[in-house]
Amino acid sequence: MAMTITEKILARAAGRDTVEPGDLIMARVDFCLGNDITAPVAIDEFEKAGFDTVFDPERIALIPDHFTPNKDIKTAQLVKQMREFSARHGITHFYDVGRVGVEHALLPEMGLVGPGDVVIGADSHTCTYGALGAFATGVGSTDLAGAMATGQVWFRVPESVKFVFDGELSPWVTGKDLILYTIGNIGVDGALYLAMEFTGSAISGLSMDSRFSMANMAIEAGGKNGIIAADATTRAYVEGRFRREPVYVESDQGAGYAWERRWSAADIPLMVAKPHLPSNTQPADELTGTGIDQVIIGSCTNGRIEDLRMAAEVLRGQKVHKDVRCIVIPATQAIWKQAMDEGLFDVFLEAEAVVSAPTCGPCLGGHMGILAEGEVAVATTNRNFVGRMGHPASEVYLAGPYVAAASAVAGHVATPEQIGTRRAV
Amino acid sequence: MSASAPNNELGAVPGGSAVITGHAWTFGRDVDTDLIIAARYLNMKTAEELAAHLMEDADPEFPQKVRPGDILVADENFGCGSSREHAPMAIKGAGIPLVIAKSFARIFYRNAFNTGLPILVAPEAVDGIDEGDEVEVDLSTGCIRNLTSGKEFEAEPLPSFMQELVSAGGLLPFLKGRVQG
Repeated sequence: MAMTITEKILARAAGRDTVEPGDLIMARVDFCLGNDITAPVAIDEFEKAGFDTVFDPERIALIPDHFTPNKDIKTAQLVKQMREFSARHGITHFYDVGRVGVEHALLPEMGLVGPGDVVIGADSHTCTYGALGAFATGVGSTDLAGAMATGQVWFRVPESVKFVFDGELSPWVTGKDLILYTIGNIGVDGALYLAMEFTGSAISGLSMDSRFSMANMAIEAGGKNGIIAADATTRAYVEGRFRREPVYVESDQGAGYAWERRWSAADIPLMVAKPHLPSNTQPADELTGTGIDQVIIGSCTNGRIEDLRMAAEVLRGQKVHKDVRCIVIPATQAIWKQAMDEGLFDVFLEAEAVVSAPTCGPCLGGHMGILAEGEVAVATTNRNFVGRMGHPASEVYLAGPYVAAASAVAGHVATPEQIGTRRAV
Repeated sequence: MSASAPNNELGAVPGGSAVITGHAWTFGRDVDTDLIIAARYLNMKTAEELAAHLMEDADPEFPQKVRPGDILVADENFGCGSSREHAPMAIKGAGIPLVIAKSFARIFYRNAFNTGLPILVAPEAVDGIDEGDEVEVDLSTGCIRNLTSGKEFEAEPLPSFMQELVSAGGLLPFLKGRVQG
């Protein structure tokens, strides 16, 4: 029977030859993770249920990244609980400040997740790892507790839908623009419960960082997972990095899809999602009347080295607008060091942007850049719900790093072309 | 665990006779988990603490106005966004025994079953319930009666696997049973 990549990975994890959409399966978990918001609740549930050992201390990551460096006493207590649980159970992949990074940038970078894996994370953006050709999906704390104890998780096998991006991207356009365009087209529940498979020649041409950025936002369309079959780009990224044997899987000819969208990549411009839904999208160059107070460049969506290079390309020789605060947050220590070594920090500092320690921080209104009543931000993050970055009457516009950096200079939503950036050749 | 929302309530769904009667609070579509419980409160993790801020960014007075036993009624895609289990915890902490919606976002759906918050998918009921209506729900049959209007609706039946989870008393007892069985 012809199966999609998602069905094939799930069948293998369930120890079956085939699965069909709608099947309820118990699957083996290759890797699971939680953060400083979700893991403490999972630890509580794990202990309340009377489990005393974890299924495999090397296949669990506990990553305090949301409120770290600890923003207050309560947060410090949560991280302490994770640290102590990790020590008690010999959990290898607990990382404190100085080693920790934003979880969905850190785990692929460290080679902890890879092609063919089933990964669950008590964080909705766990779907990011689909960029590696893995099945990865967000769950709650109780699911994480169950997986930590047994290495098992239940799934309803999702129907798959296919998004084909043909041809070449327009200048400045990245994976972030493709995924914002997709969510704008189908809506925030357009792929509810569905596996979103991204394919086509434009996807083949995307860097890994752009692919992570796309898969990251599958959840913003309601998707169970976003997935891109591994190719030469994936193999080059994984080789020498992934700590287990990769399993390369692709969809069969004739596999069934609930529906399909096909777009010419060249028709997709630089995109922005306006408040208060990621589906509220519009081409960036139509929004120049929108004044802003803050720009965030970072997060599990766009805090990788390529994103920082893009921001620097626009900010080089420019100044952040006098009424704007521009905060750059490299997602991991390794990205931080690479950006420093490449001289990107000189560009940011000369432009009067600030560079922060790796953290999720402002993306979820945690800390390190909270908005006041009536303030407006452009952010390279993934959500712009009411109150997401601070006061319930603040607003977030989602965009890629080029638009975010150009907006920081202009003081309003802008594209690089609108502020006169010349494209590096 | 709040006394007004015992964890075993959902356990009554397959064969029991749990009947819930309460007044409805209605919400639109795409109620996200940041709206249910804002991230600035996620440095806390008890149902009581979280309940004090339930739906605060939708209506700052909501935590004071909602009464134990009241039910939430929402349009499509309830609980979209983050995976925070603090959202069903906050709802349960406020003594809300049930959420009825046209559809649920998938992580919220899992979390509700895994943690024992009864939820029902019932599109027609959602259209037939106004804010403040008194609603009676029989969790064993999925029958929803709007006592204010006199209209009756049927919720979609639970998939049999979900009934198994519920019968076991939630995800962790279910998994424990499998491992030991």
